[in-house]
Amino acid sequence: MRVLHAQLGHHFTLGELVQVRADLAFVTLPKEHLRSAVLHLRDICKFSHLVLMTAVDWLEEERFQLTYLLHNREKHWDLGLRVMIPRVASHMESIHDIWPTAATYQRELKEMFGIDFPGSPGVDESFILEGWKEIPPYRRDFDTRHYAEKTFTQREGRKTEDPAKTMKAKLYPDET
Amino acid sequence: MAYSFDHNRSPLLESEETTEIDLESGKYLKLWQGPQHPGITGNMSVELTVCGDEVVQGKTHVGYLHRGFEKLMERRTFIQCFPIVCRICVPEPDFNEYCYAAAVEELAGIQVPERANWIRTLILEMGRINSFLMYLGGQAGSFGMGVIAQWATYVRDLMLDRFEELTGARIYHMFILPGGVRGGLPEGFETRMGETLQELESTLKDIREVMLQNAVFKKRAIGLGFIDPALFDPYGVTGPNVRAGGLARDIRKDQPYLVYPQLQFDVVVEKDSDAFSRAKVRHREVFQSVDLVRQILAKIPKEGPLMAKIPNVLHWKIPKGETYIRGECSRGEYGYYMVTDGSGYPRRVNVRGPSYTHAMALLERLIVHVNISDVAGLLVSLHIYPPEIER
Amino acid sequence: MKKELEKRTVTGPDGQTFEVEPLIDYYCEAHPTVQPPAYSKIIENLFNWARSESIWILGFGTGCGAIEMRPLMTPRFDAYRYGIQWRPTPRQANLLIISGYLSVKTLKRVIRSYEQMQSPKYVIGLGSCTINGGMYWDSYNTIKRLDDYLPVDLYIVGCMPRPEALLEGFNTLKRMIRAGNAEGANTYAANFDWYKTNQKRVIHDWDMPDYNW
Repeated sequence: MRVLHAQLGHHFTLGELVQVRADLAFVTLPKEHLRSAVLHLRDICKFSHLVLMTAVDWLEEERFQLTYLLHNREKHWDLGLRVMIPRVASHMESIHDIWPTAATYQRELKEMFGIDFPGSPGVDESFILEGWKEIPPYRRDFDTRHYAEKTFTQREGRKTEDPAKTMKAKLYPDET
Repeated sequence: MAYSFDHNRSPLLESEETTEIDLESGKYLKLWQGPQHPGITGNMSVELTVCGDEVVQGKTHVGYLHRGFEKLMERRTFIQCFPIVCRICVPEPDFNEYCYAAAVEELAGIQVPERANWIRTLILEMGRINSFLMYLGGQAGSFGMGVIAQWATYVRDLMLDRFEELTGARIYHMFILPGGVRGGLPEGFETRMGETLQELESTLKDIREVMLQNAVFKKRAIGLGFIDPALFDPYGVTGPNVRAGGLARDIRKDQPYLVYPQLQFDVVVEKDSDAFSRAKVRHREVFQSVDLVRQILAKIPKEGPLMAKIPNVLHWKIPKGETYIRGECSRGEYGYYMVTDGSGYPRRVNVRGPSYTHAMALLERLIVHVNISDVAGLLVSLHIYPPEIER
Repeated sequence: MKKELEKRTVTGPDGQTFEVEPLIDYYCEAHPTVQPPAYSKIIENLFNWARSESIWILGFGTGCGAIEMRPLMTPRFDAYRYGIQWRPTPRQANLLIISGYLSVKTLKRVIRSYEQMQSPKYVIGLGSCTINGGMYWDSYNTIKRLDDYLPVDLYIVGCMPRPEALLEGFNTLKRMIRAGNAEGANTYAANFDWYKTNQKRVIHDWDMPDYNW
């Protein structure tokens, strides 16, 4: 993995390699280099399988982290590429022509996080939600509980106990 | 002229033919298969455009089962997430529990006791058997052979009894939790499990006679839904769908987890990559799982701790980090991507279900030029479970 | 509004042109009516007995509870011995089982399926999540109370209920029908506007007629 990281470093601006396991590592790289890095990894380094593509909302830092997890079929290595993009008017280059299946991921990200992928097929169609009017639900500032209480009528008589108290009494009775 | 289509031609590989579809011309008809339809796997739908009885375009619609798990987990503590993760995939819930538990353990640096790992493997293999039996019943049912669905569901029920004995629940077991498992094997479990496996094997042999050697089944399944091996990686195909195409890819062998390195098994491979070879692969994999369950029961340690010491779950904070855990479930690669930020809640959990890639891009490609009556068979042969697509 | 539901001019295969307005041409706008009981108590009892002995379930697995339907259809639990069977189309069914949580997108399809069923018809809510949201109490996409949207005759609790619980539920429903207490279809017709208001409050893109049968 370190060798691979050093090799990639010749071509792209890379962040530090975070080695999680022997076969899993994450690396950060700038937005502009993502497409060429992905192509390089797929065609030359044999990372031919796109395992998943997802986003993490870092609300405090005002940015989204996009994660592209690639898998090498021969060495059984996983490499996660992290791209940081701003949270406001966020958009990203589409990779649906590299992996056709990425179009589905991008459609989901557009709907659930509001990250736009111009050019990706069907990216503007609704994927999971129907008639959604609020901000995209996976963003951190969307409060699902508040929305549920506002939208749906609740049945009275539901007894709610503070889970922390109940669990404390059951699991750790002698702890003060 | 009668409908004729050469199934051996790889669908659309040579050129992305795009048919201009004008619904007003009266030549095409739009037909919805699902969500309320007997020929659909679970609660999803396929929007078909047909010309005569041949599908010219298919579009998958999902989202009928969306509950927002990934959002709900962000506002639950690590131990509160544990009972909800198994609800993500109904027919094989144990994989969610395992992947979630393994991700938490890796990020928190918990070492799981040896005996717990054995029991986890046992549960996962039992879950695989259940899921494959659901598939066998569904695949036969989609070609009009209801009897096999009755047999398969019956032996699946016997297996559910063993699950109930071990975990206390039929469907949602909630048995594998971060740190270990909830309990050991009950008294006499091995004997009763042996009887169940015997019953299962004899039914499987019957199923082979009636289903895999049946002329009608062969006629309809051979050549249906052929996936060119060149499409495997671009479309993210995993699991038995790949093994039916002649590639021996199995995460249990390639990146062994739990106690799989200590078990003997061969990767099941068939070569034709159509619905029939996929049925053969899955049928043989049940035998493989039966064999693995026997090996596990013979080797499982009788004594030893079942739970590692986990911190006080009320103030359980996991340091900042991210990881990805994968495993070979009955449909392919199942994985959890988890990000933590040092608080008591996961920052983000993303579930990678194998159906996600199979049911969307791949299915929309394979469904072209399929006869309407074979659409149900094609859907089942990819082994799609909608809940893991939309979570 | 979906494109295919808009008013438009269509040219047929033989070159004829005609106007189509799907919402009016393809559907009937009449609202459901309350069905009065038969003229005599004995006849009504006979009807109810017949109805209770032929419960046909719509095979629509709306949620995870659908996985326990298959054991019920097979010899181990065999619901067929109670005169219960599964039908593929709403036209032939008179019992709708809401098997578990109901997302808003499915609710729309469920309402259509329910309205297409023939009266008298019954609804069973299965699992805790139809009663008060269950473990999805704070989810943004599942409804919390089924009886706001459909007239529910019976709830079966559990997550998920065992097949035995389902069989017991079916038998309770039979007793209710025989006693003349399962009047869900009439409740729906009588409080039609209330149900529609509730449904439209949750379903934001209402692009179907109010009552489609």
